Amino acid sequence: MGAEEVETADLSDKALVSAIREVLASAQSGDTDQYNELVQLMYIKKKKSGDDAMAQPEVPDDVDVVAQRETLLKILSHSVACLDDVHHNHLLQLILGTRIWDHKPNVIYALLDLIISLATTSGKHLSSCLDTLVSNLRSQPRKLDNKMLEVLSRVHAALHKISYLVPLAPSILLPILAQSMPSVHDKARLQVVVPYVKNLLKLENSSIIGKVVGKDILMMVMGRFRDLDSEIECDDNLQNDSSLAMFDMELDVAVEGTLVSKLLDDLMVESFNHLKSCQDAGRLDEVFENLFESFENLILNTQKLKFSQFLMFYACSLDPENCGVKFASKLLEKFLSSNNNQVTRTNAVTYLASYLARANFLSASFVASMLKRLVDECADYCRTCNDDARPEVHQVFYSGCQAILYVLCFRMRSILEVPHFQSQLTPLESVLSHKLDPLRVCLSSVVSEFLIQAKACGLFIVSDAFIFDDLSESELSRALGGFFPFPWLLEKSNSLISPHFIKRSEVKKTYEQAEVTVYGDTDNEEDSDDDVDPDNEMNKMSITPKHSVMHETERLLKMPSRISPSTSPRESL
Amino acid sequence: MEGLKLSEAELMIFIHPSQSRNVFQGICRELSSLLFQYNETFDGVLLAYDATVKSKQAKILTGLHPYFGVRVNTRLLLFDPKPKSFVEGKIAKISPESIHVIVLGFSAAVITDVDIREEFKYRVRDGEGSFVSRSHKRHALKLGTMLRLQVQSFDEEVMHIAGSLLPENTGCVKWLEKKSEEALPTDRDHKRRKLA
Repeated sequence: MGAEEVETADLSDKALVSAIREVLASAQSGDTDQYNELVQLMYIKKKKSGDDAMAQPEVPDDVDVVAQRETLLKILSHSVACLDDVHHNHLLQLILGTRIWDHKPNVIYALLDLIISLATTSGKHLSSCLDTLVSNLRSQPRKLDNKMLEVLSRVHAALHKISYLVPLAPSILLPILAQSMPSVHDKARLQVVVPYVKNLLKLENSSIIGKVVGKDILMMVMGRFRDLDSEIECDDNLQNDSSLAMFDMELDVAVEGTLVSKLLDDLMVESFNHLKSCQDAGRLDEVFENLFESFENLILNTQKLKFSQFLMFYACSLDPENCGVKFASKLLEKFLSSNNNQVTRTNAVTYLASYLARANFLSASFVASMLKRLVDECADYCRTCNDDARPEVHQVFYSGCQAILYVLCFRMRSILEVPHFQSQLTPLESVLSHKLDPLRVCLSSVVSEFLIQAKACGLFIVSDAFIFDDLSESELSRALGGFFPFPWLLEKSNSLISPHFIKRSEVKKTYEQAEVTVYGDTDNEEDSDDDVDPDNEMNKMSITPKHSVMHETERLLKMPSRISPSTSPRESL
Repeated sequence: MEGLKLSEAELMIFIHPSQSRNVFQGICRELSSLLFQYNETFDGVLLAYDATVKSKQAKILTGLHPYFGVRVNTRLLLFDPKPKSFVEGKIAKISPESIHVIVLGFSAAVITDVDIREEFKYRVRDGEGSFVSRSHKRHALKLGTMLRLQVQSFDEEVMHIAGSLLPENTGCVKWLEKKSEEALPTDRDHKRRKLA
């Protein structure tokens, strides 16, 4: 009985299907009247174009028209093989150029089914169908109600189904995704970057598409982070620049600057949420590997980045024993390997130092073990280095020393509590008092802070000459920002990052409580610099531009106290 | 299954100087970039390769970037379904107007309703669609069935096969093989009787 009912419904459908197929066939032989009628059905009353279609008063289409449109789309999805590029071009263009958000849900679902059929049945339409779906993802309205959310998930499902039936679809999808990514230079349309990246991350998570092109998607997202990050300049550049014309521009671009930082903030929140969901799904490990590759290629050697690196930081905080440890180990490997170039090695160790110093989820014993390897490496270098007195030749060594000092600035107390560690630090004394003299070449702020703390903890006996009281507290904390700078200047993501961060104020407390006798220590075994002219000493301590690595690091360590608009010439409107 | 061929080729692969530390890795990289793409020189889609370096002497090209050319002996697995040849794949989707098949895990093949012979009728059973033969009730094409189809055309850019189930020897592979096995003993009996 049920079978009969199904049979009759099939028959009437079949009649419609054959009727439509006849119309399509007649168009091929020149009789286009009925075909044109079909085409008219696909047109909708044109609304004013705008990103926020919700704000416009809805122009309701005739209910009949909508129903006919839906039926036509359903039938076409059963007859895709009859669609001809040449004779039915107009119809195809309309279908593939549709902005789905303008239509009613039922029509949208029928359209998506048609697109799936079109993409999977004929190879030549695959690329344009994927293009249609991606551009609809990109043009999604800012605010999505429940119905629209359902539509969005159907679009994702469509991509999924196409990838299931055509295994090579993800590789064809990837360049389309890359091209549709909103560019940083198109400020008018930059707003869509947040929902677009959200969609990308969803694709990364999907079983079929993510498996094939997940790594490349992460690379794209990381690239966008880097571009936005570079757009945000820090305050110090403004202060250094005295030309008045800058202030005029500042007013024009002030809005821009905050737009970019807001977008970055939203993107950060989305990415952190995505990482969290990856962890919940148990795939954080594989995502971490891909993330690190993007970090290596895009972030490690890029200067002046303030926020992008925190993607790694957050991923590590979610899984300290595995990812947290891996991140530090990989950075250490990069530093130790002589196959890498100088810039990579110094950046790697500086990132490592910032990470070890600031991540409160890393155990003191792990930090201690990393530190030991750094100390041993520097001590080895001291033993085997050549006699060249020029500092620029030993840049990698100096960056290693600075890294050790930096970590100790933040972790001295907790590390010294690790049993036996103090004895493992003894090579450090010989390193610091070596003829290469790292204390002179490394950043004065870091050295100074280290020596104050070393004195407070009783680590070494320290010469007065190296302690600078004229650095104000704020300058000091800025200089100690490091490659993972703090305070976090983006509002929304602040709550996600700051719990994992060791703040300088916590560190300061530990040594202020200890007894510190700054003056009067004349018996020192390390350096006999008392007879040296103090002015000359100051000159020697400051970094000359020739030593490019240290200079770069100095510039980087200066903390942005507020985000301000970029003042580089290309920003001028 | 037709359409797969094993070729031997002597290639000259040009390696960038940055890869001179590990030449074999450079060779693999170059060859891997050709995988799953139709290559006119090889006349097929490269699926797999096996490379051995023929000679350790390599000529350095003069020019801006001193690439060096390494002679490599390779064995290449190529996929080249010519029209009228037969391929096999798993059915991924069945609908009244088409059957979608995945061949070798990477190539999508589609058979539209006009290319399915009259013998097969579309039926819905338990919510699942299938094509069942009118003459042999056991011959059913369902989701997950291994299907043998004839190639009508092959779109090299997207690895898309347009297939056909019109010839008699296309259909469910298992059923076809069983049918051909059953045919054999009767032949033997026939011959024995003739000799006797």
